[in-house]
Amino acid sequence: MNDILTALFLVLGSLFCFVAALGMLRLPDTVIRMHAATKAGTLGAGLILIAEAFFYAELGITLRALAAISFLLLTAPVAAHLIGRAAYYSGIRLWHKTWIDQLKDRFEAGDLPEETDP
Amino acid sequence: MPADTYLVVVASRFALVVLLISILLALVRLIKGPDAADRIVALDLISMLIVAFLATESVYAGETSFLDVAIAYALIAFLGTAALARFLIRSPQRKPGNINKIEDKTAKNE
Repeated sequence: MNDILTALFLVLGSLFCFVAALGMLRLPDTVIRMHAATKAGTLGAGLILIAEAFFYAELGITLRALAAISFLLLTAPVAAHLIGRAAYYSGIRLWHKTWIDQLKDRFEAGDLPEETDP
Repeated sequence: MPADTYLVVVASRFALVVLLISILLALVRLIKGPDAADRIVALDLISMLIVAFLATESVYAGETSFLDVAIAYALIAFLGTAALARFLIRSPQRKPGNINKIEDKTAKNE
């Protein structure tokens, strides 16, 4: 039973990682690519760590896998927020079909955060 | 205990190959990426894929210490991403004054 679950979660997690890498290659814009990249960290690595917990079925391994998953879930949004903010202020080109840019008005009014001063 | 069941061996080999292909695809974006932000996003994705690869390798080789390596690598990767984003936001910015210049360049590219 554990073997079946291990194999299932390994295949699912690696396929999610593959989809994320494919999106990283094919999507048109930095911000849209970040949407794909975050899936690999949470879903892909998370499912593979769950598979490892099922494979060993020991308390220590399960706790370490859960700690790694919770750490990934905590840091992935923080890292994505940092990169997205830095990318927007460093002047990335948005996709030409983008039709909502809520930061643009504040940006053109000079309402910039302090750190953006070089 | 290494992976001894046929099912787990096949699944972990499949996962290792798929993860390697994914790392190669992200590497293409790392080389191609037009901006520094694209390269940072690709590097972040590659580090997440390496964490998944280490966890899979831990199942395939039956070595539990690879899990500790994966946890430590995830910690270091987060610090590296935060430092690179900090570096990017400190580098020369687009300002309200030259935003039109950047958008003119965009219009020319399309």
